[in-house]
Amino acid sequence: MTEALSKPSTGTFPTERSKDCPFDPAVGYQEFREKEPIARVSCPAGIDAWLVTRYDDVRVVLNSPGLSSAVPVMGHANPQADFTTPMNPGSIIQTDGEAHARLRRLLTAEFTVKRIQALRPYIQKLIDDHIDAMLASTEPVDLVRDFALPIPSLVICELLGVPYEQRDRFQQQSGILTSVDVDPDVAIQANAEIQGFVSQLVVDKMRNPTDDLISRLIKRAQDAGQPLTVAELVVLALSLLVAGHETTANMITLSTLTLLRNPDQLEELRANPDLVPAAVEEMLRYLSVVQFGLFRAITEDIPLGDETLRAGEWLVTSLASGNRDTAAFPNADQLDVHRKASAHLAFGYGAHQCLGQQLARVELQQVFSTLFTRIPTLRLDVPFEELRFKDNTLVYGVRSLPVAW
Amino acid sequence: MRVSIDEDGCVGAGQCVLAAPDVFDQRDEDGIVVLLDEAPAPHLHDATREAAVLCPALVIHLAE
Repeated sequence: MTEALSKPSTGTFPTERSKDCPFDPAVGYQEFREKEPIARVSCPAGIDAWLVTRYDDVRVVLNSPGLSSAVPVMGHANPQADFTTPMNPGSIIQTDGEAHARLRRLLTAEFTVKRIQALRPYIQKLIDDHIDAMLASTEPVDLVRDFALPIPSLVICELLGVPYEQRDRFQQQSGILTSVDVDPDVAIQANAEIQGFVSQLVVDKMRNPTDDLISRLIKRAQDAGQPLTVAELVVLALSLLVAGHETTANMITLSTLTLLRNPDQLEELRANPDLVPAAVEEMLRYLSVVQFGLFRAITEDIPLGDETLRAGEWLVTSLASGNRDTAAFPNADQLDVHRKASAHLAFGYGAHQCLGQQLARVELQQVFSTLFTRIPTLRLDVPFEELRFKDNTLVYGVRSLPVAW
Repeated sequence: MRVSIDEDGCVGAGQCVLAAPDVFDQRDEDGIVVLLDEAPAPHLHDATREAAVLCPALVIHLAE
């Protein structure tokens, strides 16, 4: 791509958070929103990009024609990003237009409000079982390892139709993949095992369809006269695994920590469980775990505000910044479980808005109607200052969360 | 208030069903929006407006 068709970069893409408030986005966004809401910045990947930081602009630009998602996922933030390898067929988050619409329409039936509501009792049982196991073990426990990671992983197993006897192994290996402190060789091995595992699962479902997402997806594509290849099915299944696992897990632990640090808000939530759905939207807004925003290639000129974003340039929309824009959310830096926050940008916006958002909502709603009720004395078991946050990963979170009760 | 939808642009996010379940539903077979009530009663207007704002693909159009 050609660089510097527009003005040269005048700033740097913000990546450093304040040590005092690890829940706030990286330092610098407020200044961008106030002074240069559509800015040219240099990014960690060594490229210059437009950075859009205001809520309204983020919404407008993510719905503009002339954007392509066929780019390395959040590649701007990755110093090792590979801009040359072609995208995998079946990678729904990296396709555009008709190809994207085809894949998305094959999957949307699986994530409707109605279908996800039907999973609520299963999700509740998983949560109860994991709380039982925590309470039966010795304090402290790591809420990341023993609660936040296994629950979304097992929900995905249920969706994909992973046989029960294989779920422990599957969960263990995907836990390694999403872990930050892991030996690279172990990670490569886990990655290979998951790939092999998902390929085998797809082949099994082709031979012996059962009542699950992959089997229905195979049939739906065949019925539509556009059968999916094994390679496409494997990439789709892996994308669901990756997209639905770590994002939800990090939201569970960060939200728990946020509530522990805001005892007045936690008290209100406990006193009035009807507030849980609104509180979940507020925590999605406040925490915005997709911390580096969304990366796009510009394929046609886009007029935005006083600027014209030119074809051939790169674009980053900051979801975290838009969610802290006081023009959209008064006192945006305050957590307020009474806020009507559902128009937040945490799930993105436009045609690629999170496919699994209803599932994430139900998982978070059940967790926060249960966790502090079943364990009312839940507390952090180490000083807050000792917690280590995931400043470098695409999805923000806390590495471990030792808790006691 | 009259509601119209652009089915082709719908991305099946389900935001409208959460916001205004009396006005919008989703097809079981592909999650695409179904308009249940094209002239919602006044007590549903706020929820319908919210659904239009939340729609990530901007396919809900209101004439008031």
